[in-house]
Formats: sequence, structure tokens, C-alpha cells
Amino acid sequence: VRRTPLYEQHIAAGAKLVPFAGWEMPVTYEGIREEHSAVRTHAGMFDVSHMGEVEVEGPGALAFLQLVLSNDVAAIEVGGAQYSCLCNEEGGVIDDLFAYRLGGDRYLLVTNSANHETDLAWLGRWSRRFDVAVRDVADRYAMLAVQGPHAREIVAGALGIELPPRMRVATARVGNRPALACGTGYTGEDGVELLIDPEVAPAIWAELLDAGVVPCGLGARDTLRLEVCFHLHGNDLTPERNPIEAGLGWCCAAKQTGFVGSEPIARARAEGPAELLAPFRIEGAGIPRQGNAVLAGGERAGVVTSGTFSPSLEVGIGMAYVRPALAEPGTEVEIDVRGKRRLARIASKPLYRKEK
Amino acid sequence: VTLADATYPDELLYHDQHDWARLEGEDHATFGITWYAQDSLGEVVFYDPPEVGATVSKDSSYAEVESVKAVSDVIAPMSGEIVEVNEALGDAPERINEDAYGKGWLVKVKLSHPTEAEALLAADEYRKLLENG
Repeated sequence: VRRTPLYEQHIAAGAKLVPFAGWEMPVTYEGIREEHSAVRTHAGMFDVSHMGEVEVEGPGALAFLQLVLSNDVAAIEVGGAQYSCLCNEEGGVIDDLFAYRLGGDRYLLVTNSANHETDLAWLGRWSRRFDVAVRDVADRYAMLAVQGPHAREIVAGALGIELPPRMRVATARVGNRPALACGTGYTGEDGVELLIDPEVAPAIWAELLDAGVVPCGLGARDTLRLEVCFHLHGNDLTPERNPIEAGLGWCCAAKQTGFVGSEPIARARAEGPAELLAPFRIEGAGIPRQGNAVLAGGERAGVVTSGTFSPSLEVGIGMAYVRPALAEPGTEVEIDVRGKRRLARIASKPLYRKEK
Repeated sequence: VTLADATYPDELLYHDQHDWARLEGEDHATFGITWYAQDSLGEVVFYDPPEVGATVSKDSSYAEVESVKAVSDVIAPMSGEIVEVNEALGDAPERINEDAYGKGWLVKVKLSHPTEAEALLAADEYRKLLENG
């Protein structure tokens, strides 16, 4: 089991550690609800150093990434960021990731830790016909996601750096080492993701802690992302499901053709998918969990891929693959929660919307 | 406020699946989950109580408690018939965390086999079990 450079800090902060994708990661410190609330109302930080980084560099970088990624990589300016799917030839999602353009022909992909090795092998295989280098640079970075309405001002003040706007990336010096600041996140709140030198990570953690940022674990990360219907690979996205089914048609729309998996994806778009991923909330008691059956008219009509208790809405929420006819917001379904049928209503995205 | 430190009152009996029983009179008992159980689970957000009149069997699940992250079966430390459930937990399941041995009680049971108490652990035995993992 691997430990991040912040392991000692987690212990000191009273973390409950759990094995996650081969890493020992904090699931919570003081409690998931408190941490969730800190991100919604103030600022929280997540050690996401388990995530992988892949550098793609060379004259063929753009052409290569256009082949393997679903989104239009040509649309990313230098200093830009873009969400994309890495698809197999059947159109299934091998991983979902952010691509950052660091230079003219230099890109950084941030992968899910459980998929990092698979992604590397896949990228390596397709890169052979291009003038491009694909490097595993996961050991080069610790990653800290600082999220919440006050995250930016606190990070900028505490670390004395200028932060890029949303969906942009900027180089910075953090702990007197080169770093990347990314205007991205996985919580539905404003914030930054910092890619920093692992050696300075403990000092940076301590500075942010002193500045009032609340340590948050993977538990809150999951409730936060599910409230805003962000996909979790392994749950809502798998190599057996295509982006159209998953509601990610928008990130394979600009190109339509010419990327790995584009033909089956175009077919799914034209013919309509067999199932669609739909968010729902439970009406009343009960907490849905991954694997629960969705019932319509008493018959099995789908499966829950993510489910939890929403700390913001204080009800059970989730996402499920259902027949397209059932995916309309407002549709009533039942969720079989360990033998108890719980009434649920299909909702529109996001499940939680910030009050302005 | 959640009890910060592990607490296992001496006057209770414990089941190795992290449940407690408080014997009352000759054939009644109150059941709940231990400090260790609530701490492992995290903040309880939902308690699905059984029905009054339902039968519970020693070592079998009779209810579920759920935290944000996980669901856990609650195991009956002794057998009998449920005579009262803690209705207040419906609106305030967090009491299971805050006061696991008091306001966080789960059910009251009329025992069918009071001698089952002999197989339960005393507080020091339960603490030892936890220490030895």
C-alpha cells in the first residue's frame, strides 16, 4: 500500500485512513458532514496525490491527443484546461481526465489513480505512430485540491501566488519550487488544484491549515461530487459504458469523428443509447447505494452506480443507469435498498445548486 | 458533541459484533451499538428501526444504521421480542454517535432466553477484544 507525502499530516489531523486504489488515503478527519459543509461554505483541502499525471510532449502531441481523447484538444489554448474521455475502440470509457496545455506541444493529463497504469499502457500503444513522448510523471507531483467559496483568496494569500481563472492552468512557485496551479475541481465549488513538489507538500499543507483551510477526506469528496453529478470512474463510468449513455456527449461533440471510439459513440448518439445515466433523489427515508436495483412498475429497470446521503439536501441521492424513457426529470421510480423499496424521483443536474 | 474517547461502561454486557445490552429486571434489556461501532461507522444519518412486536434472535441482524458512507447491520446480543423502539432517532439519528449508551439506545426487548447473557462479554473482556483487533 502506498502513502502520499502527506501521510504524517493526515495522522496528525486525526484522519481515518482507508485503502483506496492501492493507496492509504484519508476518508475523513472530523466527520464527513463537517468537511462537506466546510467546502460548501468556506474552504477545504483534499490530498489527492494518489491521482496520476502523464506528460505528453513533442511535435506530434496535438495529433496524438486528438486521436486518443474524445474532446477537441485543438481548442485548448496554452494555459488552458479541458475535460475529456479516454475511450476504447468500442467507445467505452477507459478513464475520464483533465488535459492541461502547458506549452505549445506540451500537455499534462491528470488520471484517476486506479486507471493510471492502464491509461499509460493505452497511451503508449497509440503513441507509437506519432512523434511524441508519453511520460509517467506521477512521482513528480503531490496534488492538493483546495475548494470552496474562500479557497482562492486563502490560497493566493497564504502562498503568495497568482491563481489562474477557472479552467485555466498557470505555473507558480510554491515552497520555492516550480508548481502548477489549476482552476479546476471536483466539488462544484470554486477553487484550485495545486500540483506541487512532494518534498514541500507537508509545509504547504501546514500553511494552508494555519490559514484556516479544513482538511477533507475522500468521504466528503464523494458527497460533494455526487451532489453536483460529477462522474466517478469505476462507478458511473466504465469501459463498458460509452459517454453518450453517461451524459457526456458534450465532451465528444466537437470532433464527432477521427478519435478512438468515435464510430460507436456516433452510432449511440444517432440511434439513442439503450440506457442513460440519470440523477435522482429519494423521497423520504432511505439511502441508495451502488448496485441497488431501480424498479419501475415493480420491474427491474436499471441500476444505481453511485448513491449516498446528501449532506446539503439531507436526503438520499444517487445516479443510475435507466431506460431513456425513465430518465426524464420528474419520473417516479423505486430503488430497492436492500429489500426495501424506496420511492425516488429522477432529477435534473445538478442535484444541488448553490443559492445565489 | 460526539464522545471523543472510547468509552465502555462497566454495567453493560457486550456482543463481539459491537453491540451492548443493558439488563433490566429479570427478562428485559435495552440494546444499542458500542462506541467502537459508532466511531467506525462515522456520523449516523439514518436509522431504520424494526417494528414493535418483531422477534430478534441472538447473533442475527434486527436493524440497520447508516452513515454517509456505509450501512451496517445491527446484531442482536440476545433473543426476544421488541417491546419499544427509540422513535426519537428518526429525527435525530446522530444521538447514536453523541450518546451511544444513553439517548442513542435502539430497542427495548422482552428476553426469551435471559440466560444468553452468560455468553456476553464484560466491559474489560470487550476492551481486550478491541485491543487485540
